[in-house]
Amino acid sequence: MHIVDRRLNPSGKNLANRQRFMRRAKSLIRKAVHESSASRSIKDADQAGEVALPAQGVHEPSFHRSASGGMRDHLLPGNKQYIEGDTIPRPQGGAGGGGSEGSPDGDGQDDFRFALSRDEFVDLFLEDLELPDLAKRRVVDTESVSWHRAGYSITGSPANLALLRTVRNSLSRRIALKRPKPDELQRLRDEIAALSPDGEDLARRAELEEELERKLRRTGLIPYIDPLDVRYRKFEPQPKPVAQAVMFCLMDVSGSMTEHMKDLAKRFYVLLYIFLKRRYKHVDVVFIRHTHQAQEVDEDTFFHSPETGGTVVSTALEEMQRVIDERYSPDSWNIYAAQASDGDNTASDNDKTASLLVNGILPVCQYYAYLEVGRDSEHFPPGFIRRDSDLWQTYTAICKTGAPMAMRKVGHRRDIYPVFRELFAKKQATTGAETA
Amino acid sequence: MNDFGGGIRAERPLFEGADWEFGTIQRVHDAIEKIAVGELGLDVYPNQIEIIGTEQMLDAYSSIGMPLFYKHWSFGKHFARNEAMYRAGMQGLAYEIVINSNPCISYIMEENTATMQTLVIAHAAFGHNHFFKNNYVFKQWTDADGILDYLEFARGYIAHCEERYGEAQVERLLDAAHALMSHGVHRYPRRRVADLRSEEQRAKERRVHDEQVFNDLWRTVPSKGAEKEDKSLDERRRALLQLPQENVLYFLEKTAPRLQPWQREILRIVRMIAQYFYPQSQTKLMNEGCATYTHYRIMNRLHEKGQLTDGNMVEFLRSHTNVVFQPDFDDPRYSGINPYALGYAMMRDIERICTEPTAEDQNWFPDIAGAADPMAVLREVWANYRDESFILQYLSPRLIREFGLFHVLDDANEPNLSVEAIHDERGYRKIQRALARQYDIAWSLPDIQVVDVNLAGDRRLILHHRALNRVLLEERDARFVLQHLADLWGYDVLMKEIDPGTDSVLKEHAATPRGGILQPDGS
Repeated sequence: MHIVDRRLNPSGKNLANRQRFMRRAKSLIRKAVHESSASRSIKDADQAGEVALPAQGVHEPSFHRSASGGMRDHLLPGNKQYIEGDTIPRPQGGAGGGGSEGSPDGDGQDDFRFALSRDEFVDLFLEDLELPDLAKRRVVDTESVSWHRAGYSITGSPANLALLRTVRNSLSRRIALKRPKPDELQRLRDEIAALSPDGEDLARRAELEEELERKLRRTGLIPYIDPLDVRYRKFEPQPKPVAQAVMFCLMDVSGSMTEHMKDLAKRFYVLLYIFLKRRYKHVDVVFIRHTHQAQEVDEDTFFHSPETGGTVVSTALEEMQRVIDERYSPDSWNIYAAQASDGDNTASDNDKTASLLVNGILPVCQYYAYLEVGRDSEHFPPGFIRRDSDLWQTYTAICKTGAPMAMRKVGHRRDIYPVFRELFAKKQATTGAETA
Repeated sequence: MNDFGGGIRAERPLFEGADWEFGTIQRVHDAIEKIAVGELGLDVYPNQIEIIGTEQMLDAYSSIGMPLFYKHWSFGKHFARNEAMYRAGMQGLAYEIVINSNPCISYIMEENTATMQTLVIAHAAFGHNHFFKNNYVFKQWTDADGILDYLEFARGYIAHCEERYGEAQVERLLDAAHALMSHGVHRYPRRRVADLRSEEQRAKERRVHDEQVFNDLWRTVPSKGAEKEDKSLDERRRALLQLPQENVLYFLEKTAPRLQPWQREILRIVRMIAQYFYPQSQTKLMNEGCATYTHYRIMNRLHEKGQLTDGNMVEFLRSHTNVVFQPDFDDPRYSGINPYALGYAMMRDIERICTEPTAEDQNWFPDIAGAADPMAVLREVWANYRDESFILQYLSPRLIREFGLFHVLDDANEPNLSVEAIHDERGYRKIQRALARQYDIAWSLPDIQVVDVNLAGDRRLILHHRALNRVLLEERDARFVLQHLADLWGYDVLMKEIDPGTDSVLKEHAATPRGGILQPDGS
């Protein structure tokens, strides 16, 4: 008999099969990923997880008998009451006598649950979006800087004194200029002291004393440390992106916003979140909903809690301004905002909204995206020219000034990705010229 | 157990506690071998025991238990599903997988306790091993010496094809072949193609025979005319194509007009592997019964000899009882008849009939009732039966009563189900027959045959499904498979579902090959 220990064999033998399966089921998995991301909360959107694939998509067919019709025999154990000739009412749901036989290949028709790693999930999710490219090209680095060492300079503050380098310079200078060393002086003094005070060494003594004198003078003339020697550590500023960002989700939750619209908005927020997540180490999300008044809420309330009231957009901007002032200093945070609305606004509020945006919000924002959500099947008879909404008109004017702002209209789920891509596919510098 | 007389607890226990190491495995194997070969008279292939971890077990699951296999997405799918189920705790893993090869490879899980390893070795490395080596179905259909080499070849060949013709091409071919896998086996031993020498011999014998029976009078008998000639031509054509042919993959491999040689070879590989597994599906009940009975005997014997401590014995009994548990039909846990339970019960029952026969047994099983050596009877049974014939022969009335088996007929034309037979004098035979039929693979797999093709004409392939008891094929799947079949064949395919009673056509499916799916030049 042989005993073979296979535990140490390389693992992942099945990787090739898994990849083949993923490739095979790619479109299904992608669809499942998008569907599952809709049901996830925004913050979990890029976590690893299971997706359910419809079993049919990766089905392996075979010839087998159908589960109903014809004449079937069942042989069952555990008879307690039946005798030959009894009739049993047909149980609901097909197979007889409680003996569910299952389909012959043992293959249920349930959805097939498939666990994806986080990377696999995000890759599939972003595949459509080509986000990595997007990230490289689009978002401008922020102004914040970090200081890096950049060699030595001859000026600087005492705190940055480069001691070692200074002393090394002084040493070389002293050697070059032949500044007498202390032990050299000491030896001269010792020699003078050793000479007898009598006359015969007088000449020698005078010679030595003169030399000592000369050396001492030289010592005095050549300083131990000269300002020439002094070096300072030099730092140079390097711009770096702030590693944290905050994303403001603003949404009109007044009665005119339907579930469909909210769903569109949510999808957009999810995309933005994942996009920012790729770019920044830390992303905060702030949800601000508004009717005629605005408040900061948690995600669940944001999407699901019903609310009634008028529509005053400026309240949301005021609230955002307040939150920024309180918690998110523009110096240390990248601020992004995405606003979703059906475009309604109280007419008297438009000017206030515009001025808030231009003076308060836009200067501190990296990017401000406005998404006007419409009804799913919105179409108009030919010849009917649709009037732009109040908010749309207001924002169009601001966009023209070249502010870091973009706006799009979305009517259907399938438009979300293209619109998102468009929004982020523009260079910030030319943003303003664009209108939808 | 008192079957073995007064065993004396002379030996030291093989191990204590739950831990094991390679020395333990070796000791356990040797002790078991002594009992299995020496006392039970089993005849086994040399054993190779391989210790594997969870992932490797999942791996083995996904490739039908084989240690090396070609690559295909469906294995990845099975792996993912098994893994998900396992991680979610919905499914435990088997303690062992055993491969019908020479040497016989048993995979055992590293997590098993020492007792479980003992059980697993007794069960797989001796029970299944003996069955593989001795049962006639395995002897007839599988080549235990060659299977590992063949799989190695298959994997290499398919990898080579992927490199040469592209993964997509090979994948589509394998998809189609897998769909037809269940109809890629020979059910009956084929006529051996005669070699030249025996052909010559036969020709000679025929001539001698002709000369012996020659009578000039036959020449004067008028012939039957041209009509018959025509029909025999048709027949001849079919005979040349070996039609009707139930091995669809074989037929395609040999006859499909547009396949490339490498495609034929891959069909052959899939077919060979299907054929290799064919005996296993016919002998599941017996195979498990044999292995379970063997491990039960061996474990008891080990305990008797003092090689297994009482604690370990209790652990074994607990797991054994779980394995042979048969829930009743109205139990929520019921999911068909447990082959371990029924198989084990039948083996024990045969042992009982040999040693303590009742009058009923004398009546039903005169051949074996009171036989001196139950092991000899069992070995004989294990060698010469498959599930169907085994049940027909050895399912005793006593066992039918014990299991409370009853037969329910579900006729879609009737409003109610009817109980046809129960465990009484009138029912025993009926139940035997009905149960045996459930284990007959010819009943459980739809009977599909290639019946005709006109190679000279439109080359349309015609298949018949003889719809037993008017149960039709599941339509969606049938359509998918037929599509694959059409792709392989390269021309139209027509499948007729036929009521075998009346020969009337119940339903027809047709498929047209998709251009460029398998044949590069389209159609």
